[in-house]
Amino acid sequence: MLRLSGLVKRFGVGTPAVVTALDGISLDVRAGDFVTLIGSNGAGKSTLLKAVLGLVAIDQGRVELEGRDVTREPVYRRARVIGRIAQDPGESTCAAMTVEENLALAARRGRPRGLTIAVTVAHRAGFRARLAEIGLGLESRLGARVATLSGGQRQALGLLMATLAHPRLLLLDEHTASLDPKAAEQVMTLTGTLVARERLTTLMVTHNMAQALRWGSRLVMLHGGRIILDVDGEARRGLQVRDLVRKFYEASGTELAEDRLLLAP
Amino acid sequence: MVGWLGAPQVLSLVTNMLEQGFLFGFLGLGVLITFRFFRFPDLTAEGSYPLGGSVVAALLVAGANPVLATGVAVLAGAAAGAVTALIHTKLRINNIIAGIIVMTAIYTVNLRVMGRANTSLLETRSVFDVVADGLHAVGLSVRVSAPTVIASLFGLLVVVSLLLVVFFRTDLGLAVRATGENEVMIRALGVDTDRTKLLGLAISNAVIALSGALVAQDHGFADIGMGIGVLVTGAAAVLIGEALFGDRSVTRWVIAALVGVVIYRLLVAVALRIGLAPTDLRLITAALLLLALSVPQLRRGVQG
Repeated sequence: MLRLSGLVKRFGVGTPAVVTALDGISLDVRAGDFVTLIGSNGAGKSTLLKAVLGLVAIDQGRVELEGRDVTREPVYRRARVIGRIAQDPGESTCAAMTVEENLALAARRGRPRGLTIAVTVAHRAGFRARLAEIGLGLESRLGARVATLSGGQRQALGLLMATLAHPRLLLLDEHTASLDPKAAEQVMTLTGTLVARERLTTLMVTHNMAQALRWGSRLVMLHGGRIILDVDGEARRGLQVRDLVRKFYEASGTELAEDRLLLAP
Repeated sequence: MVGWLGAPQVLSLVTNMLEQGFLFGFLGLGVLITFRFFRFPDLTAEGSYPLGGSVVAALLVAGANPVLATGVAVLAGAAAGAVTALIHTKLRINNIIAGIIVMTAIYTVNLRVMGRANTSLLETRSVFDVVADGLHAVGLSVRVSAPTVIASLFGLLVVVSLLLVVFFRTDLGLAVRATGENEVMIRALGVDTDRTKLLGLAISNAVIALSGALVAQDHGFADIGMGIGVLVTGAAAVLIGEALFGDRSVTRWVIAALVGVVIYRLLVAVALRIGLAPTDLRLITAALLLLALSVPQLRRGVQG
């Protein structure tokens, strides 16, 4: 489904502060996998997700999507089959446009955009039904500007937009990190529902070990731009946060400096 | 406001305001697309506006059909916008700089097209003659006068505005708007923003060239310097309209731009009536633009 081979990405090359974000990462994601990616700050999680969509141009390596080499393809072309939502709602929704305009833009993903009216009565009915499922009251706010929504509503809308046109791959880049605990829980539950129903192949970056264990079918831990743990099935079941912490110490040999990884429910 | 003027003067003031307002209405619509939807001042306008005038003048002098000549002028404007977009997207040059480059180049193009710095169109037929002839054919006896010109300009302005409003509600038009609002998002939804920028700039400059072509035919001449300051004029009009109507939807934005242009012309006409010389026009325009731009800040100041 998604094959990453030897991805290398360095930032600040030619300056004293060279950072190696990806240090030869290879990962084979099978169709239907729900991969949770964890690691400390600077481990390369977000860069990895950006490299998959093309938001970051990699220095070395290859990105293959469904057997097709997309390493040199621009973002907009890969985006025809990849949905993405980031921590910043501004990357996946448009504040100045209305809820229905945002959904109409997302509904045309992967298809040509011509001179047909973007939001018709029939579209509205469909959007209303999809928004009602979320249960955040957005179904009555089709004409409202996205800027007037709460953070949780906006991320839920972004999630719907990312999955509306049935993408082959879903990328979630700490999409609940900026939300309050209640909204984060709502958005994460919605994520689980949508991924299961659409059987979406998913990569989810999170800082939160508990979240990484609770959701998904496969867990990948990054450190210093390398994969230090990759477990699924039986090996993953029964894993607990303390096991992950131990694995982290063993594999990385460094102190786990960040409380954020351990704490948070 | 104009109580000290007699009835004939008021009438001529109003007709002049409407005629000039409608002529520059197309300019307002074109500038709206780049200045508001794409959020940058596109200086290509200062080239595409006289380009519209030059092309239509050269073709009319050569004996072309006025409607056809105006159509070609519109296409020339679209091409100018497309060149700016290509310089910006393919060579990754800042959009304002790309506009300046094209504006500068078009100056020479205009001189080449006309063969001289200005062309009189007093002896040639214009689109307004064509309209008057058409009305004659259906039994209406009219000649080319201020009311005919105002009515035909108004009709065309309504048609172009409706086309723009409908376009920005289509899948393609929505993608063009989203390109200006949130480029990161719209790319992540599978849109090639190089193409939407090309389309937006082509449409904007096509409408601006239409304005130039109509002004040349109405005023009876095309001049190499006719484009100087048009971007500021268009931006001032858009901002004046926005201050009155807000920016809630494309329809309101379009109406705001049109009303803004008419009000702008009214303010200019009043300024000239009360004794300011035409040479002061640029200073008046700059003052109006400054005033329109400072409205949000002044409001905040008044509130507290």
